Amino acid sequence: MSTQLPPGIQLEKIDDRIMTLNVGPQHPGSGHMRLIIKVDGDYIVSCDPDPGYVHRGEEKMAEYRNYIQNIPHLERPVIHDSSNILYPYCLAVEELLGIEVPERAKYVRVIAAELNRCIYTLYWLAIYGIFLGHSTMFMWPAGDRELFIDLLEAMSGARVTHAYLVPGGVRNDLPANFEERCLRQVDYFEKRLKEYLAVFYKNPLLISRTEGTGILSKTDAIRLGTTGSVLRASGVDFDIRKKEPYDVYENLDFETVVMKEGDSYARSYVPYLEMFESCRIIRDALRKMPKSGSVRTKLKPNPKGGNDEVYKRVESGRGALGYYIVSNNRPEPYRVKISVGSFRNLICMPYLLKGELLGNMPSVYWSLNYWPVEADR
Amino acid sequence: MSTIAPQFRLSRFIASLFDIIFWVLLIFSLVGLPLVFIVLFYIKMPVVNGQMLTPYLAMTWMADPSRTLPIIKSFMHTTLFHVLAFPGFGFAALLSAATIYVERKFLAKIQLRVGPLYCGRIEGILQLMGDGLKLISKEIIIPAKADKPIFWVGPLLFVGTAGAFVSLIPVTGGWVVANPAVGLLAVFATIGFFPIISVLTAWAANNKWTFIGGLRALHQMIAFEIPLILSLLPIVILTGTLNLSQIAESQQHYWWIIFAPISAIVFFICILAELERIPFDLPEAESEIVAGWLTEFSGMMYGLIQLGTYLKLYAFAGLFTVLFLGGWNGPSVWPAFPADIITNGITIGPITAKIAGLPLFDQAMLNGILWFVIKTVGVILLILLPRGVFPRIRIDMLLHTGWYKLIGLAFINIFIALGLLYAGVLGPGGLIQ
Repeated sequence: MSTQLPPGIQLEKIDDRIMTLNVGPQHPGSGHMRLIIKVDGDYIVSCDPDPGYVHRGEEKMAEYRNYIQNIPHLERPVIHDSSNILYPYCLAVEELLGIEVPERAKYVRVIAAELNRCIYTLYWLAIYGIFLGHSTMFMWPAGDRELFIDLLEAMSGARVTHAYLVPGGVRNDLPANFEERCLRQVDYFEKRLKEYLAVFYKNPLLISRTEGTGILSKTDAIRLGTTGSVLRASGVDFDIRKKEPYDVYENLDFETVVMKEGDSYARSYVPYLEMFESCRIIRDALRKMPKSGSVRTKLKPNPKGGNDEVYKRVESGRGALGYYIVSNNRPEPYRVKISVGSFRNLICMPYLLKGELLGNMPSVYWSLNYWPVEADR
Repeated sequence: MSTIAPQFRLSRFIASLFDIIFWVLLIFSLVGLPLVFIVLFYIKMPVVNGQMLTPYLAMTWMADPSRTLPIIKSFMHTTLFHVLAFPGFGFAALLSAATIYVERKFLAKIQLRVGPLYCGRIEGILQLMGDGLKLISKEIIIPAKADKPIFWVGPLLFVGTAGAFVSLIPVTGGWVVANPAVGLLAVFATIGFFPIISVLTAWAANNKWTFIGGLRALHQMIAFEIPLILSLLPIVILTGTLNLSQIAESQQHYWWIIFAPISAIVFFICILAELERIPFDLPEAESEIVAGWLTEFSGMMYGLIQLGTYLKLYAFAGLFTVLFLGGWNGPSVWPAFPADIITNGITIGPITAKIAGLPLFDQAMLNGILWFVIKTVGVILLILLPRGVFPRIRIDMLLHTGWYKLIGLAFINIFIALGLLYAGVLGPGGLIQ
């Protein structure tokens, strides 16, 4: 090469066989991110995910607002799972401020979190369906979400961004007749879920297309730090609700769904089976919940945290979701660090896509249970 | 934002229509009619049946059914009418438009939606017209580095080839635009053009997504063309002809699907692949390659491709009907034209009009059209159904299916047909007595 390049800059070697594709951000199959994919024929040679298009600085914003003002904007990264993304924040702030949560509120929180997990999983499943070209599987879950959205609307007043969980309990008590209505909706929902089997999960074309693609072994899943359904689909029995129970999960009757295949079919099947477990948890929580009582411990106006730090994590729809909050005797937190499952699952994408066919890219990508907005925070 | 202009008033719009009609009538009667009569004064009119053809006489002929019906009838047997209206483009486009509407409503019902609802007030029947108007009014964007002549001509070639395919399909006895003796070979030749058009336009658009999509279309269509041709060989063996009309006529007693069921299934799967419909829509796989070889098309160029695709869909469904489902053969359900009208004429009040040339369509033809349309619509519905049920398959599965499984299956039925032929059960022209 005749021209001298500045130090630190190197030119990419061009290979005539390799074609570089920019999948995203203006691509129907990408989400708010970009995948730089190099293909040799129809085989993916390398994949380089490029997130960060929807970074909104939630962590920095949290440093300028007090503990109550932080609630509505911290749920923005994943509005379909807003109860779960607020859950660790509430737990952490409660520990920081030394608040005791009423027993009834703990059950109500669990119900809200499980309803929201189902809403998120259905939305994820809808997109998984349309990524595979299955338009019915896009419409059905998108329609069935309404069942639980209606329930959460009755609980909190908002259809999407509920801001229902607050430090000290929940914002308001359950409406009248909630128990009957919830049980009815959950029964119908389980009936609908079973119909998904015939049209999607037991569909021979889907099985032959997703089985054995993007296999993530058990050791790789642990080594790459994946979490949530991706980890459980690779055969690791790890669910924070079971391993580090928070609130009342230790009293409730449910099981962890584990599959050992580790392919994209297993990764898409685990969240589906977890929705049945969510229904079990909701039923059990409704039965064991104290029928009356306070649901919120009132905070002092503008509460100050001590000179302390705290880390709390919960199991969200996408895996472990943790908040690390440092406070320095002020009403605002000194530092808020959000650790999200989406970003951890994104890390294994280059390993999974290498050597796969281009046609497997959407199914492997979306089976990772990755939510671009949450990963960017 | 409303799409209607903010100053729009329906009353003013209607008033402006009346205004335009008034001026047209005024100019026609004050300028047009005198001009016509001045011209007619200097031109000698021809003599027909011993009468000089005056404008007045021409007008009365137009109102007289006994004179217009034979003209219409003879016009209906011209090539122009065949190509533009009945067995050709108009009929196919009508069925295609109905297909698009039915597809939307049908799919919506599967997916617990309502589908088009507002446009046209009754269940959104005018949605297609609205979409067409939108496509026509949209700007056509050509990529800067595209090979412009080929890129422009691509959609036209696609529609033209689809039209050529439509012209080979016999709708009912004698009603076909082109009836070559080797009709089936002509069909294969026409189908062979589609991958070339896909690859040409994909290459001309100079885009990575269209390039991948075009290559996928090429792979797919070639992989499925061979089983498609092989699956039709049993029919040719059993009928001993390549002419589509004769194949349809040979099925007066038995449909070929009874003797070639495996071929029918193989042919149906190949139809789905050739039409790039789910589960074989890899060349347009949205989540992988944006829109495949259609990525750069915009406006009416995209509309033309869609029109061609649905014409192709109709033609394939018609071909399936003609080859396997007995074409237009079926029990006579169309009522016969009342004979006394032809002999005695129609009595309307005090007048008895004897109209020569009635009926315009004979009973056998209408019966044939009825059965052909019923069977074709049934096949079209079957083609639409997989879209609501299946996901897209992968390219390796597709090639494996096309080159390996379907070819093998097609051969099985060829041997069955040969066995039937040599055992003396069936022969050219149907059952051997």
